[in-house]
Amino acid sequence: MVEVHLWSGLRSLTGGQQVVEVEAKTTGELLRALVRAHPQLQAPIDAGVSIAVDGRVIATGLTEPIPEGSEVYLMQRLRGG
Amino acid sequence: MALDDRKSDFTFVGTRPNRPDGLDKVTGRAKFGADAYAPGMLHGAILRSPHAHARIVKIDASKAEAHKDVKAVVTRADFADVPFKPGLEGEFYNVLENVMAGEKALYDGHAVAAVAATSALAARDALKLIEVEYEVLPHVTDVDKAMAPDAPVIREGAADYSVPEGMHPNVVRYHESGHGDLEAGFAEADLIIEDSFVTEATHQGYIEPHACLAILGNDGKGELWCTTQGHWIAQKTCAALLGIETSQLRVTASEIGGGFGGKTTVFIEPVALALSRKANRPVKLVMTRSEVFRATGPTSSASMDVKIGMKKDGTISAAQGIFRLQGGAFPGAPGDMTAMCAFAPYNLTNVKQIGYDVMANRPKQAAYRAPGAPMGAFAVESVIDELCNKLGLDPVEVRLKNAAHEGTKASYGPTYERIGLVETLEAAKAHPHYSAPLKPGQGRGISCGFWFNHGGETSVSLALSEDGSAQVMVGTPDIGGSRASMALMAAEVLGIPYENIRVTIADTATLGYNDVSHGSRVTYASGLATIKAARHAVEKLCERAAAKWGIPVDAVKWENGCAVPSGPNAGDFDPMPLADITADMGRTGGPISGHFEATPEGAGVSFGTHIVDAEVDPETGKTSVTRYTVIQDAGKAIHPTYVEGQYQGGAAQGIGWALNEEYIYGEDGRLQNSIFLDYRIPVASDLPMIDTVIVEVPNPGHPFGVRGVGETGIVPPLAAIANAVSNAAGVRMKRLPMSPPRILAALKDNG
Amino acid sequence: MKKFHVTTTVNGDAVEYLCDPRETLLDCLRDKLNLTGAKEGCGTGDCGACSVTVDGRLVCSCLMLGVEAEGKQIETVEGIADGDILHPLQKKMIEYAALQCGICTPGILVAAKSLLEKNPNPTEEETRYWLAGNLCRCTGYDKIIRAVMDTAAEMREAS
Ligand code: FES
Ligand code: FES
Repeated sequence: MVEVHLWSGLRSLTGGQQVVEVEAKTTGELLRALVRAHPQLQAPIDAGVSIAVDGRVIATGLTEPIPEGSEVYLMQRLRGG
Repeated sequence: MALDDRKSDFTFVGTRPNRPDGLDKVTGRAKFGADAYAPGMLHGAILRSPHAHARIVKIDASKAEAHKDVKAVVTRADFADVPFKPGLEGEFYNVLENVMAGEKALYDGHAVAAVAATSALAARDALKLIEVEYEVLPHVTDVDKAMAPDAPVIREGAADYSVPEGMHPNVVRYHESGHGDLEAGFAEADLIIEDSFVTEATHQGYIEPHACLAILGNDGKGELWCTTQGHWIAQKTCAALLGIETSQLRVTASEIGGGFGGKTTVFIEPVALALSRKANRPVKLVMTRSEVFRATGPTSSASMDVKIGMKKDGTISAAQGIFRLQGGAFPGAPGDMTAMCAFAPYNLTNVKQIGYDVMANRPKQAAYRAPGAPMGAFAVESVIDELCNKLGLDPVEVRLKNAAHEGTKASYGPTYERIGLVETLEAAKAHPHYSAPLKPGQGRGISCGFWFNHGGETSVSLALSEDGSAQVMVGTPDIGGSRASMALMAAEVLGIPYENIRVTIADTATLGYNDVSHGSRVTYASGLATIKAARHAVEKLCERAAAKWGIPVDAVKWENGCAVPSGPNAGDFDPMPLADITADMGRTGGPISGHFEATPEGAGVSFGTHIVDAEVDPETGKTSVTRYTVIQDAGKAIHPTYVEGQYQGGAAQGIGWALNEEYIYGEDGRLQNSIFLDYRIPVASDLPMIDTVIVEVPNPGHPFGVRGVGETGIVPPLAAIANAVSNAAGVRMKRLPMSPPRILAALKDNG
Repeated sequence: MKKFHVTTTVNGDAVEYLCDPRETLLDCLRDKLNLTGAKEGCGTGDCGACSVTVDGRLVCSCLMLGVEAEGKQIETVEGIADGDILHPLQKKMIEYAALQCGICTPGILVAAKSLLEKNPNPTEEETRYWLAGNLCRCTGYDKIIRAVMDTAAEMREAS
C-alpha cells in the first residue's frame, strides 16, 4: 500500500481525506488507483499533476517506480520559464 | 541517472572554453528570427484591437483584399476549429483565441485580422483598409477588481473544479496547501506581522521581437522558421491550429535573441502559416516592439497577503500566504506556483498557502523565469525582514535558523532530498559584502529564493565521424551558451577535445520530440541526454575494440578517449584511441552513433540567497543599487562563466522589476507604455558589477550533479532590493516597482 | 510611393539601392543589402541593437532614413573584423562570455568600438554611460563592461 498525500485543496473531492491509501507500483498506477478510490480526482489529474516520490518531483512520468514504503505527495503540475 | 554512476573528477566540465557560436555572433553572421528570407516572400502584418474588451460585430476586409499589393487577408475563420474545453486540455483553444480573436477582443492589442502583402510597408498600409465594427464592453485590468462581485465577466465557464463556490467567474483556478496547525503556531509567536503586497506585471523584455518565416501549401505540408524556446511545441500547436498533421510541419529554430519564458508559446507563427496557405507564398511576419509589449505574454500582476509569526529567538512558528495572480484574459496565471514556492526555503511546522488564478482584460501571461515565484518571495521575505528588524535579529541568522535542509518537510508537502540552501546562507554570512560597512542613506537587504526546476521530454543524437570528431544534435534552443555546455559534457564522456565536437540545434524533422528550453532544464535534461548518448556511443566503441582485439567486451573499458583492456582476462594491448576505431567503422559494423530519448525526472530543486545594498535619494525618490551579490546552488557548474552570466542576468532583471518596470494601463484599458522609452529596463549606467558565488551541492538526479540555474536567480531580487530600499528609506515598501514617485509618496506618508 | 535611388558606401564597398522614402537605413541594410547583422529591437531609438556609424558618428540606423545615406560612409558590425582577423573587442566579447543570446552584440560592438576610438582609456563609469543606449537583457552588463575595459587596456598596451 502507498499513502498518497494530497494538497489540502483536494480535500473537497475526497470527502475530507488528505491522505489516501492505494495499491500502486508506478506513478501511472497510482493515478489510476486514486481515481478508482475517488472518481472526483479525475479533474485535477486531467488538469495536470506531478508526483513527489521520496522528495524527488516526478513532473509528468507515468512509469516511474514507487518503492515500498516511499513518501508520496501529489502536487500540481510544475511549469517552467 | 542515479548516484551510482555519478562522477566527481572532471577533465572538461568546469572549464571555461569559448562558445562554439561565438564567431557567428560577434560578426553579425548568426541568423536570428527576422534574418531569414525566401524567394517570393511576402510580408505580413496584424491588425489589433484598440479596445480592452469588445464584441467583434463585423470585419470588412474587402477593400484590403482588392488592393493590388495584398495577397491574402486572414481572420479567425481561416483557422481550424479547436473546441473549447476547460482545464489544461483546452490550452489549444486558449492559444487559438489568443493568436486570433474569435467573437470578442479580450485585451488592448488582441489580434483580429492579418494581411500578407508584397512589402512590409504595403502590409502595414493595408491594415488601414480593414474595417472592424466593435461593440465596446466594460473591462477590468486589476486583479482585485477582477475578483470583485461587480467585475465584468471575461469568459463564462473557464473556471475548473478547484474554484470554491461563490467566487466570481474570473477566478479560474484555486490552490490551497500546507500543513500543521496555524492557530496553535500563531499562538506560540512573540510577534506576528500581517501585511499586504502588490506587484505589477512586467515583461521578459528580450531584445529580439518575435519573428518567423512560414511556408504552407495546400497539400498540408509546411516549413516554419521562427525564434522560439521550443520548436516542437510550436510544431504541435501550429499544426493543431491549422488543422494539419504535426509531422507535416517542419519547424527550424533560429538563433534566439532572448526568451526568459516569453518564447515558450506561439503568437504570430500560426498567423503567418495561415497567410502563407491562403497566399500560396512564403510569408515573413515580424512583431514591432509595441506589439511585443501589447500582445505577447507578460508576467502576472499580483496582490498578496502574508502573515508570519516569529518567536523572540527567530523561529518562525506559523506562516500563511494568500496570493492572487492576474494572468490576462485566459486561465494560466501561476498562483499555484507562487503559493508552493513562497515558503519553500523554510522549515515550517505550521504553514498554509492559497493561490488564485484570475482573468482580466490583459494579454495572456507567459512564463518569465521561475513563473510566479518572485512575487511570493517578495511578500514573504519582506515580512521576515520586518520581523527581524522589530525583534532586533540578524536576517541571515534568522534565515539559517529556519532554513530547509535535507529531510525537511517542504511547505508544499514532500521531504527534501539533498538541497543547498544552508550552503548559500553560510556563504552569504562569510561573504565580505555582508560585513562591509554601509554609508549613510544606504540600506542592505537579504532574501532567499526557491525554484523547482524541470526535466521534460528530451532527445539527443550523437554521431561520430571517421576522423574521430563528433556531432551532437540537441533539440533545445541555445539561449545562453548551452551548446558550449553540451560539448563539454560530451567531451567529458568521449574523452576527445571540446573543439572536436560540434553541437547543433536540430530541427523538428531530424530529431525526436523535445520539450521547450524552459524550467531551467537545458543543461540538466539535454545535458543528461548528451551524457547518455555519448555513453551509448562509447559502448559501441568498446564493442569494436573488443572485436579487434578478440577479447570479450566486458574486458574493455573507456579511458581518456581510448579503449583499454581491463580485468584479468583482457590481455595486453595498447590503448586504442577513438579515431582509430572510427577510421574504419564503416567496415567493422557500420556508423557509430549514440542516442538517448527519455523524460528525465530528477531535476532537483534549487535555492539562492542575494545580498543587496541600495541608496535612496530622499529628494527625488531615485534608488541606486550600489552593490549586489548573488549566491546560488548550481549543483555542478558545467561552464562556470555562463552560470555566472545566468546569475547576473537574473539579478539585473530583478532590479528592473523591483525599481522601474511595470505595465501601466489607462482608464480605457489600453497599455500606456508600450515602447522601451516608457517601459524602462535597466541600462548599463543603472547597474553596478554583480558579484556571484557558485555553490555546488550536487543534484542526485544528474550524472554530473547539475541543477538548473536559469530561473532561481530572479526569485530573491525583488525582496532583497525591497528590503534594502525599505531599510535605507526607513519605511516598508509594499508595492513594486519602487519607482521614484512611489518612494516619495511612502516617505511622505511616513512623515 | 515613388522610390529613390541611393548610392552609398557600406564597410568600404560602394553599394546602391532603391528605397521608399519611409524606409529606414536599418530596413535598407537588412532587406536590400542583406546585411542582417544590425538588428531591430525597438525601431524607436531606445535599444541600440541597430547601431552603425555614419561618417564615423554612432547612430541608431532605425532612426535614420535610407535616403539619408546618400554619399555617406557607413560601418556596420559586418565590417568590424579585418578579413578573418577579429577585432580585439570581438575576441574579448567571446572570451568574457559577454553575450548570452547575442542579439545585442552587434550593436554593443559597434558602440564600444566607437567609444574606444574616441576614448582609448575609459573609466567604468564612462563605459557604462556610453553603452547606456545599448540594451542587453541577458547579461546584466557586468561581463560586457569588463570585456570592453580589458580590450581598451590591451589596445593601449599594443599601441
Ligand atoms: S532598433 Fe534602433 S534603437 Fe532599437
Ligand atoms: S546577450 Fe541577450 S540581449 Fe545581450
